[in-house]
Amino acid sequence: MYSRSFEYVAPASLEEAFSALGDDSKVLAGGMSLIPLMKMRLFSPGTVVDIGRISGLDTVEDAGDHISIGALVRHATTATNDLIATHAAALGMAASLVGDVQVRNQGTTCGSLAHADVAADQPAAAIACRATMVAQSASGTREIGAESFFVDALTSALRSDEILVALKVPKAGPGEGSAYDKLGRRGGHSDYAVAGAAAWVKRSNGTVEDARIALTGVGTRAMLAEGAGQAIIGTDGSDAAINAAAERALEGVTVLEDLWGSVEYKGHLAKVFVARALKAALANAG
Amino acid sequence: MATTSVMGGSVRRREDPALIQGRGIYVDDLQPVGLLHIAFNRSPVARAKIKSLDTSAAKKLPGVIAVYTHDDVAHLGPLVAQVPIGKLRPLLAAGEVNHVGEAVAMVVAENRFQAQDAVDAIDVDYDILPAVIDLKKAASNEVKVHDELESNIIHTWTYHGYWAALGLEDLGPKVQAAKDRDDAVVVSLEMTNQRLIPVAIEPRSVMAEYNPGYSTFTVHSSTQVPHALSGAIATTFGMQANHVRVIAPEVGGGFGSKLNVYNDEILAAFAAKDLGRTVRWTETRREAAGSTIHGRGWIGTATLVGTKDGEFLGYELDAIADMGAYTQNFTVAIPLLGLWIASGQYKMPVSWKVDCVVTNTMTTDAYRGAGRPEAIYYLERVIDAFAHEIGMDPFEVRKKNFWQPDEFPAVMGCGFALDSGNYPAAVDKLIEVSDYQGLRQMQEKARAEGRLIGIGVGSYVEVCGFGPAVLAEIGFSWTSYGLPASFNGSGLVRVNPDATATVIIGTGPTGQSHETAWAQIVGDGLGIPMEDINVYHGDTRDHPMGIGTFGSRSIAVDGTATYQATQMVKEKAAAIAAHLLEASADDVVLADGAAHVAGSPEKSVSWKAIAKAAYQAHTLPEGVTSGLEAQSTFSPGNATWPFGTHLAVVEVDPDTGDVELLQYHAVDDCGNQVSPMIVNGQIQGGITQGIGQALFEDAIYDQEGNMLTSSLLDYILPTATDVPSYDLHHTVTPSDVNPLGVKGIGEAGTIGTAHTIVNAVVDALTPMGVKHVDMPLRPKRVWEAMQKARA
Repeated sequence: MYSRSFEYVAPASLEEAFSALGDDSKVLAGGMSLIPLMKMRLFSPGTVVDIGRISGLDTVEDAGDHISIGALVRHATTATNDLIATHAAALGMAASLVGDVQVRNQGTTCGSLAHADVAADQPAAAIACRATMVAQSASGTREIGAESFFVDALTSALRSDEILVALKVPKAGPGEGSAYDKLGRRGGHSDYAVAGAAAWVKRSNGTVEDARIALTGVGTRAMLAEGAGQAIIGTDGSDAAINAAAERALEGVTVLEDLWGSVEYKGHLAKVFVARALKAALANAG
Repeated sequence: MATTSVMGGSVRRREDPALIQGRGIYVDDLQPVGLLHIAFNRSPVARAKIKSLDTSAAKKLPGVIAVYTHDDVAHLGPLVAQVPIGKLRPLLAAGEVNHVGEAVAMVVAENRFQAQDAVDAIDVDYDILPAVIDLKKAASNEVKVHDELESNIIHTWTYHGYWAALGLEDLGPKVQAAKDRDDAVVVSLEMTNQRLIPVAIEPRSVMAEYNPGYSTFTVHSSTQVPHALSGAIATTFGMQANHVRVIAPEVGGGFGSKLNVYNDEILAAFAAKDLGRTVRWTETRREAAGSTIHGRGWIGTATLVGTKDGEFLGYELDAIADMGAYTQNFTVAIPLLGLWIASGQYKMPVSWKVDCVVTNTMTTDAYRGAGRPEAIYYLERVIDAFAHEIGMDPFEVRKKNFWQPDEFPAVMGCGFALDSGNYPAAVDKLIEVSDYQGLRQMQEKARAEGRLIGIGVGSYVEVCGFGPAVLAEIGFSWTSYGLPASFNGSGLVRVNPDATATVIIGTGPTGQSHETAWAQIVGDGLGIPMEDINVYHGDTRDHPMGIGTFGSRSIAVDGTATYQATQMVKEKAAAIAAHLLEASADDVVLADGAAHVAGSPEKSVSWKAIAKAAYQAHTLPEGVTSGLEAQSTFSPGNATWPFGTHLAVVEVDPDTGDVELLQYHAVDDCGNQVSPMIVNGQIQGGITQGIGQALFEDAIYDQEGNMLTSSLLDYILPTATDVPSYDLHHTVTPSDVNPLGVKGIGEAGTIGTAHTIVNAVVDALTPMGVKHVDMPLRPKRVWEAMQKARA
């Protein structure tokens, strides 16, 4: 549990951080994932760029038509922030189920997203909540939709010279609601997801007008469950409609076995949690 | 006098101010000048010949002082084991490796990072051989782990034949006759008691120093057995015992994993001597799964024979226990601890056979409970299945077959006698405190609503307080380490000139609160306030010979020795007080911090005056030597046999198989309690580890022998947020094995829990037809069992 030797840089501004970033560097925010990987020597960047001293990155802001969650916003903040509860409830719920108290106080939402663990909670919530990732580098800023941000296990669409400076989530209008639910590895909600699902819905006059559902834990990345999302649109959101939508949770999804479940079991859980997340999202939507 | 020094009082732990403020000193906290650091190159494969081993690149790296391989240490022989059945562990791999994590080379460097860099630069070429992992395959000898052993089965324990000298009757025919009865109900379950990784909060750590001028070793180690380590080093290096000083400072948890002498401890001593420098190795969490012993790892079939009225006619176990690749301290002897309690709290003939097999995995040895949780699990699970089969309440069937209170001491078929017990009383208390009838009504109502609520009960009896001198004949001693044969207890009590007291004991805590409990014993005996008593432990140079902390033995054996020493000091103090009071010693009463003449409380002398007089030879009466201290040893005539019955309430999610533990009630009886709060703390920790085995923990090797759960990401431990508050109660049935009437409580919680939880989950699933689910009861396993039953 002793890392290889590396350079450590603690820039005071984003500009300084960009100039320190290169092919063999890694951004350090809360360090809850990066430090263990480095100590196990599974990952050995030449330079660690610690963005922890850059001011202005630790706020959740109301930006008119969306809210913006900065790179240094901790899970504990995401889990308890009023703006997030109002506009991205699924993300707040997902953040509240990450790790334990110490991890939630130290780790960051953007860090977890950039790390792209296959069983992390917040990526699915970000996809369902139609979030956009703000990736910034010395050469400019690009915005990446959450559904295309998660590429593979521990691989995101971020380039090595970029920092995920913020996460943008559209503000929720009337009739909109979202939720996240999972089975944790140690049972209940505890620990990484064996399987989990996030759902966002928009309801109008008793009909589900729009919906987005995403899964975590079942494959190599968090991903949209397009079939389930399509299936609930146009329905009345009844239990029967929810269950029918849940049955389509695995359309286009490749379920992988791991220590925590067989393909059959995880596929089954995906359906269970799509149903539970949908039900809770519909309840949130009022 | 402070009232807190009364024995049997719940007092605050004296250890806590240092420990919870981070002021306790552990081996890795020590910072001697010029310290060097050790790291090990470990095998990434389970079984292979080493074709080549090249350390030249590693030796050239910055900060690297030395790299050692087998050839450098071959002259020291293999690691000494107390019960040397099987193949002993080479200090460093001798041309072959036999489990993932086996130490191949040892690096010594200026700092830990450089040491790890050098480890990575060592080039080992392995010729991989098929690994033996599956226990049934191992027992079949299809592939032998070690060419030089006749069989992978290195020992077989049978109920009647485990100790020929006892001349025990083979009860197998009786069990068979019971099976053949027309009215017999025979229930069998094939079950796994899975391998576990003991996880102490403090990983193991050893620091060694050699002084060539004095020819002495000073070794600090995170160990439960400092005297055994001292003996092992002296034996290995051919030194006289008093030239090896081992110190166990604060030890952050052990659970049996530090009840072992390890190759890294011997190797650290070797490097210290070879280099003339102080060296330290501290285990990393990642390597612990391959460097520290594992526990459990049994498969087997338990069979209970009884009548439909619930009378037990016989019990049979046929099991295979995984020893791992190499034998260490007790390895093969661990199942024997289970054998002694194979019949649990019940009066019935037992036929028991456990084959001990070697596999290409880490060594197994004592882990909290050590053989006893396995034995009780098999028994209590099949009893529960039997109760379901005949449709009888699980408490009722147990009560029908208990040894009755007037039958103690109860001689079991294994030759040992249960010292004392009142098993029905504990069950009655549990039924009352858990509101058992109310729970069953709640369950019925919940079932009607489609909820899967289960109520599980489980009893246990434990054997602990090791131990009786006679056990030395079958290996329970430290003779392999050159130490005296029997597992005595020892204690030294000294009243200092200022009337404070110093207590030095032969066992030390790894969390058991010796410093509090022993101050209670001595404070109670002498009438000296607890805060004036210091308790020391864990230094072999000048502390009384101690066997170590394991087998829930400290209080029953070393506690008793300390009690005896306290009485001796008290007698001497009375003689000195009598002299000062000009009275007869027989008339002197020591109470409330002073001595007075019986009937004349106004005529008294304080402890301060007595202590002062004790150290001034010229003021002492003739025939009384100066000083005020005594040392005693205690050799118990029997082990002690705690017992209890637990009850768990669970709810299973029918969609996911997720098990929620709703309630946990326990009634435990460990005889008299020196410190009830500490007793409850031990039970809480024990129950939590039992829950860990039942629901979470699983040390998994794949069939190639890769360790899949070497990090705490994959090896799931229960945490405070995963378990409910426990409802703890007691009955008190004193032991007559020692004058304190105590038994021991370190392992009881663990022994009583795993089967209780599984019984509850199976009870929840009984309406669906599920008869058994193997531990750990992870959601996927429970769901799969439900799916199978639904199909």
